[in-house]
Amino acid sequence: MAYLTDRKRAKGLGSAKSGTAHFWSMKVSAVALLILIPLFVFTFGPALGGTYEEIMAYYGRPGPAIIAALTLLVGFKHFNDGAQTMIEDYVHGTAQKLAIILLTCLSYGAAAVGVFAIARLAL
Amino acid sequence: MADVNRGNRPLSPHLTIYRPQLTSMTSILTRITGNAMLIAALMIVWWFLAAASSEEYFNIANGFVTSWFGDLIMFFSVLGLWYHTLAGVRHLIWDNGIGLDIPTAEKMGWACIGGAVVLTILTALIV
Repeated sequence: MAYLTDRKRAKGLGSAKSGTAHFWSMKVSAVALLILIPLFVFTFGPALGGTYEEIMAYYGRPGPAIIAALTLLVGFKHFNDGAQTMIEDYVHGTAQKLAIILLTCLSYGAAAVGVFAIARLAL
Repeated sequence: MADVNRGNRPLSPHLTIYRPQLTSMTSILTRITGNAMLIAALMIVWWFLAAASSEEYFNIANGFVTSWFGDLIMFFSVLGLWYHTLAGVRHLIWDNGIGLDIPTAEKMGWACIGGAVVLTILTALIV
């Protein structure tokens, strides 16, 4: 007599054991970027090409600065997740591990530099 | 002895035997555009860093980003950005188990390509 439900008996028996966290992370950042990307394109785009003084004044405003910082932060997180999937598809063994570590350093590094620079412009 | 002939076995037919299909092409294009945007993203981060550093450094970075070559990178990145955005929406729709049949998937594929071109032209006109 089996008291376990079908789901309970099947849980954990797959080869991956886990994996939905990565998928969900990409999905959340994708929806966030759906909002952020149009906002960023139509704030950063018109600003680009301005003089140093114009850029200082524009990114001294909270709106454009917050949009740019959030876009870089969420964008690089989404990039990191997506590029990691690509590496896992094409690179294997030690090279895969090294590539993922380098990718993670690049993504979080670039996001940190961007957010720092924008904060410095805005404050 | 599972590893007697490891690595030297015949492979089942792979990418090379298939005629290019709209679904496979739009799929790989999503990955290519997503990863290619790294170049523009790093240019933008560099531009912000330069602006936060000094006027001289800003003029160097801004000069590159707004040069014809920088413009070219930005234009194709905008095209890639809108394509990747629309392809992402297609994935969000697919995640619900909707539109997975080939005719619908191909219609949405054309919508991604056409939509990306239209949005890029609009962006170039507005920005």
